[in-house]
Amino acid sequence: MPVVLQALVTVLHPLNLFLISIGVTAGIVVGALPGLTATMAIALLVPFTFGMSVVHALVLLGGIYCGAIYGGSYAAILINTPGTPAAIATTFDGFALARKGHAYRAIVVATIASSVGGLVGVFFLVFLSPPLARASLRFGPPEFFWLTVFGLTIIATISPKSTVKGLIGGAIGLLIGTIGISPIEGTVRYAFRTVALQNGITLIPALIGLFCLPEILDMIGTRYHRETAIPYRSQRHMLRRVWRLMIRKPWLLLRSSLIGTVIGIVPGAGANIAGLVSYNEAVRASRTPEKFGEGSIDGITASEASNNAGVAGSLVPLLTLGIPGAPPAAVLLGALLLKGMRPGAELFSVHAPVTYTFMFSLVIANIVLLPLGIMLGKAASKVVTGLPITLLAPLVFFLSVIGAFSIQNNIADVYVMLALGLVGYVGRRVGFQPGPIVLGLILGMMCEQGLVQSILIGRASGTPLAIFFTRPISIVLIALTLLSAAWPMLARIRQRRLPEAAAAHTHPIVEEKSDA
Amino acid sequence: MSKNGRNGQITTGLCAALAVLFALISAAEAVAAGTGEPQAYPSRAVNYVIPFDAGGQSDITAQYQREGLERALGVDVVIRHQPGAGGALAWSALARGSADGYTFSGNNIPHIIIQPLVRENAGYDTDDLRPVYMFQTTPIGLAVAANSRFNTLDELIAHARANPGQITVSGSGTHSGHHLAILQLQYLSDTEFTYIPATGAAPSVTNFLGGHTQAILANSDDLVQHRNAMKILAIGTTERFHALPDVPTFIERGYDFTAGIDRGVTVARDTPEEIVRTLEAAFDAVSRDRTFVAEMQALGFEIHQKGADEFSAYIERKKEEIITALTVLGEL
Repeated sequence: MPVVLQALVTVLHPLNLFLISIGVTAGIVVGALPGLTATMAIALLVPFTFGMSVVHALVLLGGIYCGAIYGGSYAAILINTPGTPAAIATTFDGFALARKGHAYRAIVVATIASSVGGLVGVFFLVFLSPPLARASLRFGPPEFFWLTVFGLTIIATISPKSTVKGLIGGAIGLLIGTIGISPIEGTVRYAFRTVALQNGITLIPALIGLFCLPEILDMIGTRYHRETAIPYRSQRHMLRRVWRLMIRKPWLLLRSSLIGTVIGIVPGAGANIAGLVSYNEAVRASRTPEKFGEGSIDGITASEASNNAGVAGSLVPLLTLGIPGAPPAAVLLGALLLKGMRPGAELFSVHAPVTYTFMFSLVIANIVLLPLGIMLGKAASKVVTGLPITLLAPLVFFLSVIGAFSIQNNIADVYVMLALGLVGYVGRRVGFQPGPIVLGLILGMMCEQGLVQSILIGRASGTPLAIFFTRPISIVLIALTLLSAAWPMLARIRQRRLPEAAAAHTHPIVEEKSDA
Repeated sequence: MSKNGRNGQITTGLCAALAVLFALISAAEAVAAGTGEPQAYPSRAVNYVIPFDAGGQSDITAQYQREGLERALGVDVVIRHQPGAGGALAWSALARGSADGYTFSGNNIPHIIIQPLVRENAGYDTDDLRPVYMFQTTPIGLAVAANSRFNTLDELIAHARANPGQITVSGSGTHSGHHLAILQLQYLSDTEFTYIPATGAAPSVTNFLGGHTQAILANSDDLVQHRNAMKILAIGTTERFHALPDVPTFIERGYDFTAGIDRGVTVARDTPEEIVRTLEAAFDAVSRDRTFVAEMQALGFEIHQKGADEFSAYIERKKEEIITALTVLGEL
């Protein structure tokens, strides 16, 4: 296998190693800032790679992609705001752990999980791309529809305090998602003749508004000015301690990575929901589900292993078929085409040395992510935990506005962010969490597309309903949905045997308030 | 305690640094805005706004053009993405923004024409924008899977005529170039297909390659990319398409229409004439560059060199064509 060896030698060239490290570092920084996403990081960097050789450009961009998805965990852990949409599920336990003074520990967990998840994803990318990409195409509109229905059952898991409020939140999210031009028919809904609303509510501004603004208002409203937002404790040998804890549950790490890879491969599903699905499965599989949401390292592991595995996953259909699995992959596709590399068979024949070098660079990126992440994570957690609220709150607010604006260079997004921030703050006071609302928003659009396309296809075949119930992947998804929907009841039966555990079963943000 | 003190210093330093940075930025902008004498255009960086997502055809073309544009204009060209509402967000912002030529935007036909027609308030009118240059087209072609039982357009049409609505055709968007193409084909061939719109070219191709639809209307660059997985039955050009010489045109097969997505750039309507001409010349230089033409053609793009006047006339003609088509088809 001379090509593979040659690629291995190329990737180990000091300059490439340097570029990968730079890429990962830059990615982490961008990903950590709420509103600046992996997609944007790559898009911003593409022009700079113009003068570079193909290999240098790709290893740099690959590093940025890995770094940015991982970096999203910093904001999730430190300020309860997903730095990228992929890190939504990381907020549930990450921030709870940080509030207990273990921000650094949470970041170490996220780092190890991301690194392992990333490596599992790359393994599948390198060895199983062609069959996996073909399999991913079997995922059609009906499967998308059922995947989103399954996704909605996650609401029950992420709102254990009150399933009813979770469902109401999810419904609000679904409704917000209907604003704007409808994805299939192109009709304008709830835009009230304004141009700004025709585009609908964009995810990032909603995410910042619902997660970040209430957090800022809470910081200002409930704690003393001179105090820092979260306490900070350091422990020696953190890496070794955490690793020992995590390796006790290898199945959790592996399962989360696999979920991330699979969802990453399905074009259009993306890392955004990979973390949530994986979190859901971790809760259901756990013997102590009541610990999730209170700073469980298992929750962080599930989310982060999964979203970083999704990075390589999204590259599977990209490299083999030329279909980007996620928005950042779409930008990478542009970069590949600009370099004269057409995805598909050519990449594995004519351009094989470059392609394999790129794949190996992702291995390196996920390895250097460990020391770089731990270093940067320690610094970030020290800075954020060290800043008094009088500085932290305005700084985070400033970043929120910038983030909401920059996603589409659109001032209307800032207003949307502010409005949803108020909704989120009031909602939080009466027990509504941002998680279900955002989940409804993400899944609503996908669900509608899957449903309407399926109905159209079904009608053309003459049996409109059969298409929903006769396809193997759909049947598996339906079964998973039923199982997931029944889970809270099963859990209640289990908890009845342990009444005390049930009493202690609270959600992170509710718990924070009792702390304050 | 000492830790707090150090953090205090760090934060004070940080704040000071931020303050200096902002002062510098605003100073730079004040200088750039040129409160004094009007300077020769362009005297500062120009914004090239892409009304669609990064990684799409408009973006790829702009990335290719950037270096050449910078050489021709002598200033930095900043590519910004302002996607949303099928391009309408960027165009309404451009129409309402200052007509100084420092911001110009991609101009995609038919999107830029159809949206104000079918939507109550698209935020702009096609006439609010001044076409500057048109540089490429991706003709739209109709394809079926490589293992499909249909081998020619006639076979597909015959089946569709006998079984109205049974053939599913994937495409990108409603009120888009693909949608217009299927409506025209249905009208001219007196058939009925089931059009399955997706939210973009990539998901549309995915639906087709996965076998979830029987046919697809796709842009030429996607056809070139996936040509091994499909049989391309016809393409919407007037002459045979350079990258797919074996594919007949719809016109050849007796259906008198062309289909494609044209891309160019546009500025706000009241932009001074000299500025429009400067931009036109810059885009012309880029579009006549041999490497640019060769590389774009290899990706499946058709390259044009239509200047401002020719482009304006083209848009006028297209607009009438589209209004007629949509009226006949009952969409207006």
